[in-house]
Amino acid sequence: MMTPSTEHYLVLSGILFSIGLLGVLLRRNILIMLLCSELMLNATILALITASAVHGETDGQITSFFVMAIAAVEMTIGLAIAVLLFKEKNTVDTKEMRSLQG
Amino acid sequence: METAFFWIFSTIAVLSAINILFATRPTRALLSLLLTMLCLAVLYTLLHAYFVAIVHIIVYAGAVMVLFLFIIMLGGLGATTLPIQKRFSPLHLFLATVTGLTLMVAVIRIFSKANYPPLQDAMGTVERVGKNLFSNYIVPFELITVLILLGIFAAISLTRKPKDAE
Repeated sequence: MMTPSTEHYLVLSGILFSIGLLGVLLRRNILIMLLCSELMLNATILALITASAVHGETDGQITSFFVMAIAAVEMTIGLAIAVLLFKEKNTVDTKEMRSLQG
Repeated sequence: METAFFWIFSTIAVLSAINILFATRPTRALLSLLLTMLCLAVLYTLLHAYFVAIVHIIVYAGAVMVLFLFIIMLGGLGATTLPIQKRFSPLHLFLATVTGLTLMVAVIRIFSKANYPPLQDAMGTVERVGKNLFSNYIVPFELITVLILLGIFAAISLTRKPKDAE
């Protein structure tokens, strides 16, 4: 087994981001789409912390705090909208949410 | 030791992330995401970002994900299951899979060929992170509190019932 280097962490971050993107594209459940966007943000945080370790500074870690805060806000508003849609349509399937479709 | 930890926990992280794709119930997908986050926290510790690892577990996995879990359980949103199959036109399925896998292969090829400098010990102790945060990053830090306040207002005004509708 190889000792983990910068490339290993970045590749892992890229794999997790691609899985999150696949989840947003493939799933129709609005909750799982939200979770997959969280997975993409987590992959970003891993890349930021790897960059922080490459430079030997803590700036990347501080940026990852900001990413966490924005993820929390996004999660709160996204969940509120999901709850509203569920009350309105009684489903979490995005296939049913087509009132904006002309 | 560090090598073994990296391979074990990165494997678990990727596997449980893939499990999110195929989970039929939102609760199981959320618990898989929690497992991914815990494994990522181990990797942050391997990168010497101790404070980020702890904050990631307490705030992100502990607070945000549990909020999500409460909403799923109390709102009844998780009662309906949507399997991944039979819900798509084959064209959409094909295009989405090709897009995601192309990104994955491209990222793996680009990153594994690149020559990055080796990892250093960026000791992310509370002292170092706090000094940097409250000296160089104080303005973004204050702005992010305003953003969180706006998020609270937005969530309240979205879910509040209008008074005259009662």
